[in-house]
Amino acid sequence: MAFFIAQILTGLANASALFMVAAGLSLIFGVTRIVNFAHGSFYMLGAYIGYSLMQILPGAVGFWGAILLAGVAVGLIGVIVEICVLRPVYRAPELFQLVATFGVILVIQDLTLMVWGPEDVLGPRAPGLRGVIRIMGEPVPKYDLALIAITPFVALALWYLIARTRMGVLVRAATQDREMVGALGVNQAWLFTGVFFLGTALAGLGGAIQLPKGGADLLMDFNILTAIFVVVVIGGMGSLPGAYLAAVLISVLNVFGVAYLPQSTLVLMFVVMVIVLMVRPYGLFGREEVAGEHGQIGEPERPIKPAGLTTRLVVLAGLAVLAFLPLFGSSFAQVLVTDILIFCLFAASLHFLLGMGGLVSFGHAAYFGGGAYAAALLVTYAGTPMELVLLLAPIAAGLAAVIIGWVCLRLTGVYFAMLTLAFAQLLWSLVFQWGEVTGGDDGMVDIWPSDWASDTTAFFYLTLLLSVGGILMLRHTAHSPFGYALRAARDSARQAEATGIDTKRIQWVAFAFAGAMAGLAGGLFVFSKGSVFPNELEIAKSFDALIVVFLGGVKTLAGGVVGGAALKGAEDYITRFEYWRLVLGITIILVVIMAPDGIVGSLRRAGERIGLIRDPEARS
Amino acid sequence: MLDLSGVNAFYGKAQVLNDLSFSVAAGQVTALLGRNGAGKTTTMKSIMQLVVAAQGQVQFAGQNLVGKPPHRVAKLGLGYVPEERRIFTDLTVLENLEVGRQPPRDGAVTWTQDMLFELFPNLAERRSNRGREMSGGEQQMLTIARTLMGNPRFLLLDEPSEGIAPVIVEQMVRVIKQLKTEGLTVLLSEQNLHFAQAVADTVVIIEGGTEKYAGTLTDLAQHPEIRDAYLAV
Ligand SMILES: Nc1ncnc2c1ncn2[C@@H]1O[C@H](COP(=O)(O)OP(=O)(O)OP(=O)(O)O)[C@@H](O)[C@H]1O
Ligand SMILES: [Mg+2]
Repeated sequence: MAFFIAQILTGLANASALFMVAAGLSLIFGVTRIVNFAHGSFYMLGAYIGYSLMQILPGAVGFWGAILLAGVAVGLIGVIVEICVLRPVYRAPELFQLVATFGVILVIQDLTLMVWGPEDVLGPRAPGLRGVIRIMGEPVPKYDLALIAITPFVALALWYLIARTRMGVLVRAATQDREMVGALGVNQAWLFTGVFFLGTALAGLGGAIQLPKGGADLLMDFNILTAIFVVVVIGGMGSLPGAYLAAVLISVLNVFGVAYLPQSTLVLMFVVMVIVLMVRPYGLFGREEVAGEHGQIGEPERPIKPAGLTTRLVVLAGLAVLAFLPLFGSSFAQVLVTDILIFCLFAASLHFLLGMGGLVSFGHAAYFGGGAYAAALLVTYAGTPMELVLLLAPIAAGLAAVIIGWVCLRLTGVYFAMLTLAFAQLLWSLVFQWGEVTGGDDGMVDIWPSDWASDTTAFFYLTLLLSVGGILMLRHTAHSPFGYALRAARDSARQAEATGIDTKRIQWVAFAFAGAMAGLAGGLFVFSKGSVFPNELEIAKSFDALIVVFLGGVKTLAGGVVGGAALKGAEDYITRFEYWRLVLGITIILVVIMAPDGIVGSLRRAGERIGLIRDPEARS
Repeated sequence: MLDLSGVNAFYGKAQVLNDLSFSVAAGQVTALLGRNGAGKTTTMKSIMQLVVAAQGQVQFAGQNLVGKPPHRVAKLGLGYVPEERRIFTDLTVLENLEVGRQPPRDGAVTWTQDMLFELFPNLAERRSNRGREMSGGEQQMLTIARTLMGNPRFLLLDEPSEGIAPVIVEQMVRVIKQLKTEGLTVLLSEQNLHFAQAVADTVVIIEGGTEKYAGTLTDLAQHPEIRDAYLAV
């Protein structure tokens, strides 16, 4: 019994930071409709800034002052980000905003590395709260009790702000209908900035206040992200009580998980989430999000038409160059192009889902990594030959997509995006924690192609065949009646339903198909490297694909392929720099702001301007 | 006080306002009349800059509004009451009013909550109720009251009589007349003449996004053929 109570107290203490960060995310989303993917980064900044301030400021006053100041400092950084990065893209489609916040993640990662270095930082302990108190014989850290006591006050202050002040009234009004708030004379720009300050300050506060428990490290941005998504999804977007309850639920569960089922802690969180979503699709306290209700209409899309003669010739010429690459390219070039091809297939599969289906999946790595692990497991445990594995890997990934898609497609918009990401993290944690089978962090090694394909050139040709085949299949599907139905479902679900299209089913099939193609890419990947590690399932991998699709241009079919080639090519070059993330992040942000059509779209525009390509709309 | 000249507005590629021009004189109640889909709401929105005109000018108090953000337009003294009402359903009546509150403005009445509760006695009893608990008529009163909290000089009312009970329509008539005596200029839209006849001084009739008739109510009475051609019965 005493042990039980001590566990619950630890869980409650852990919930403290989680609640603050999740509440901030929820608040920002409510008003700006942006899922701030950089929220974890602000949390990380809060921890580092708090740490530095604690070194300077003495005593208990200094300690608590440092936490508050860290919150304010992070809030101010949030304001800078809001004004410079987000303001220009509020009217852009959702995906652009998300990619922009991802650029912010990269920038903050490298800046943090520059300022504080790569070493983990051990958090200072709170003056006067160093020891433990025995509760029925069980030791409970005093700081934990302090956190448990503080959190309700933070929640109360937040509640007061939201429920009782003019700012809070405006925030709640804007959450419902921000255009109307503007028409009543409220300058939304400053309201958004204010909310962003508050939300990021909460993240910073959370980061600083957990210092004595967790310290600071460079991975904490992504690590907290999954947890806050889960909290927000369980609690319901925009609900403070929901965020608190869910944070407590997750934290307590985690503590018990560590005590009783140590291998399953990460998985447990997702199981609870799925159960909650089955019963209440919009979370415990959430309500259905009506996405893009007022405003947010993108430019009308150009009709996607079958490739014209010129395009075909260009593609054929490109393929011919690739086919003859082994004649003039070094084996290094062949390996690089193999990498690029695999990545292009992966990106094209996401592009299909996103561009054609309008399904913004944030966890597409699940199927790439899933295919890769399926292949590795088949080879390692069943001695399956490569040829068969390359058939089974996409099937396995497709099956995973069928199951995950079934859950995720119950929701739409940001909830869908967060859920897909959460599931990718679930797969990642399965692989990571199930070390006996998957090798955990050490990965799985010694997975080589069949003899005939083991030569670099032979494998290059195999990859060329399968990737181009896969990409053509995706393209072909996009132009088939299925593709039209998918786009109809994307553009207006209701209209599509009225013409007899079962939109959910169509989307489900598309999700599975895209998953299978990503799985094929994953299978190829394993054989090209001879090994696979959990990072193929990581958030960063999913984001790689998202960025590529975005860089290439969402609205053009070639987007995924061109973007994939560009990123992989550039990555090989820029990762030689120490601070390449900073460069990439800034590039992404600039592209979002200045060339929102992506590479292909912008090239096409430039072509139209100088008269190389005829504008298809000019004719009509 | 308000002048539209040569306004063209589009939804995507569909043109909804077609070279629309008309004026509203200060201190008057003007009715913007037209059938379903004639473009009345779009006209209101392009005055508020919720829809931005591709061409043309919207002059208000000596300034061209086109391209200004809506909150600037509101700050100049234009109050907008949308057709769909768009009250904040999660907020209480008092909070809804708070969203609309703006500092006092020269040359306009400074409304307080109490004054508004006097104007709309039903709201007073329901001040702590949430928006979603209100009836259609009460919601309509609340939107008007909310906009008045911004102390406008000019009020845009999009179909104020739509979907509300006859008793409340009568109350609306009284309110609009009183607002006029307080010095407000009003542009209200309607599909038919009934409500307009009770409150308006002048009418503007549009069809297909183009002005078809402008004049006083008494003049319109001389031209039943215009009424029959452009208005719903
Ligand atoms: N958001 C929109 N997107 C595309 N077309 C629209 C949109 N809103 C209105 N329209 C079209 O513009 C035209 C004018 O609409 P508007 O709402 O201005 O008319 P209205 O006179 O207010 O009609 P009502 O009396 O029904 O309110 C209509 O043909 C309508 O179908
Ligand atoms: Mg209308």
